Amino acid sequence: MDWYPLLNSLRIAAISSVTVFFLGICAAYYIARIPRFLKGILDVILTLPLVLPPTVVGYLLLRVLGPKRFFGAWFFEVFGVKLTMQWWSAIFATTVVIFPLMYRTARGAFESFDETLEHAGKTLGLSNSFIFWRIRMPYCKQGIIAGIVLSFARALGEYGATSMICGYTPGRTATVSTTVYQLWRTNDDGLAIKWVLVNVAISATVLLAVNMLERRKRTESTAVA
Amino acid sequence: MGLIADFEKTIGKFKLDIHLATGDDSLSLLGASGCGKSMTLKCIAGIERPDKGRIELNGVTLFDSEKGIDLPPQERRVGYLFQEGALFPNMTILDNVICGIREKLPRREKEKTAREMLAKMHISDTERRRPDSLSGGQQQRAALARILVGKPEILLLDEPFSALDAHLRFELERVVSEAIRDIGKPAIFVSHNRDEAYRITDRIAIMNNGSIEIEGDRHSIFADPQTVYAARMTGCKNLASVDYGQGDGSFVSGSEDKRTVPLSAARVRVPAWGMELEVPNTSKTRSAGMPEGITAIGIRMHDIRLGPAERNQFVCKVEEEIENPFSYTVMLRPAGPTEGTECLGMELDKPTWESARAETITIHIPPENVLLLRE
Repeated sequence: MDWYPLLNSLRIAAISSVTVFFLGICAAYYIARIPRFLKGILDVILTLPLVLPPTVVGYLLLRVLGPKRFFGAWFFEVFGVKLTMQWWSAIFATTVVIFPLMYRTARGAFESFDETLEHAGKTLGLSNSFIFWRIRMPYCKQGIIAGIVLSFARALGEYGATSMICGYTPGRTATVSTTVYQLWRTNDDGLAIKWVLVNVAISATVLLAVNMLERRKRTESTAVA
Repeated sequence: MGLIADFEKTIGKFKLDIHLATGDDSLSLLGASGCGKSMTLKCIAGIERPDKGRIELNGVTLFDSEKGIDLPPQERRVGYLFQEGALFPNMTILDNVICGIREKLPRREKEKTAREMLAKMHISDTERRRPDSLSGGQQQRAALARILVGKPEILLLDEPFSALDAHLRFELERVVSEAIRDIGKPAIFVSHNRDEAYRITDRIAIMNNGSIEIEGDRHSIFADPQTVYAARMTGCKNLASVDYGQGDGSFVSGSEDKRTVPLSAARVRVPAWGMELEVPNTSKTRSAGMPEGITAIGIRMHDIRLGPAERNQFVCKVEEEIENPFSYTVMLRPAGPTEGTECLGMELDKPTWESARAETITIHIPPENVLLLRE
């Protein structure tokens, strides 16, 4: 059994999760601070990929990154590299698809933050970055970790947008999800079921992790009360 | 020196309009919840930004809307004690206190300073613990330690006892009072509790609906609160609007006529209690008339006396007696030519009332005990 699709899926999911960790947290932090009207609009735009069909996301990405499209063509001209049909092209797709998950969980976590702690930190003379990384983030840790884990799991299972933007080339752009589709198409049931089991095992582990995190969060908050 | 704050801030329909100066003295801001006390402290600390105005602390301008100065809270050197301590939950008590040290020092020296302060607050045994395992009183002590190690130029105390159980309050109040005295800097103490305010600071400002209604020495504020609201905030329970005496036996309603009404002896009629009262002969009434704008009077419950007297004597029907732990509150309805709509409350210690208890009693109200109030 060739493990390339698993390796590829894992690295795509890992890179996009890390990217989304920073982007999602920045967005959640700053959007909480802007006027309500603008916040409402941005909130809708940033959450949209969560409910759009992944094929729509894939289509929109191709409209921008495709070799004959505006950004893709410019990039090819300058760097000589196509943005689609590479293994890493999938990162664009997964990043867009999982962004809302991270953004919304981070926002929920930040909303539960007691702003008095920030005020206290400021009057004590602590820098804003100290307050953010040493007080706010630890306070919201559980929610944010749950967000990353969920995002990672979703990135691992991404199919629609991924297959549109990087297709299926064995040993190059194949991921677990595109491989399962390919094996089903070619009636290779034996191998297909193996990949299905691998996928189920990973996803189950991730969900278990999320549940455990949430349980810990609950017991901690009841300990406080 | 001290704090000078003149600023305005509008939030929706609420308008905060503050003019205060502490000098070297500490000041209590006394007011009902929602009157803008906490918002005032937050503006001084830089957590909230006033719309316009100026804030100066010991000669340093913290905020000046005209010059475009708005120091971040980090540089204002204010010690802000919050209602519930606001200790960082992910850190030990020792680390929390270390956060308050402003100088750049080696970790070891910071630890030493923090430990000394914890010892001063009598909570050395908590240094390795997390805030949520401490009692409310210990948390406030730790929060105070965290503030004091930063050597603030002013202490802002935002109802620091209100989240505590009654038995811990008094204890922590002593700790806070001592801290104010020790650091020798002014403090602004925000409270809705008149007793705390009276004990903690010499000066009291009474805040109503976004601005300071009256301000002064605590004795004079309690002796002459001047306004109905201030009388209520200083704990005066018997309040009623008055009609002025015209001198010829007729009366003019205070709310209708705000002119100075000349008359030989200052007398007012209180329709709510069905009473006619002689009022104090102070500077306010010395010019043979009621001062402008007086529309109401207040009588503190413990200022009503049992027994007959030449002036302001009333026979009253006892409507109700309420037993307190160490006293009685007796609700009285004066028997007179007109029936009042409200009762007058009188507070008596237990033995006194137990020996005087009757269905109808005679009381008197010394004229000097009547508070003259405007709206």
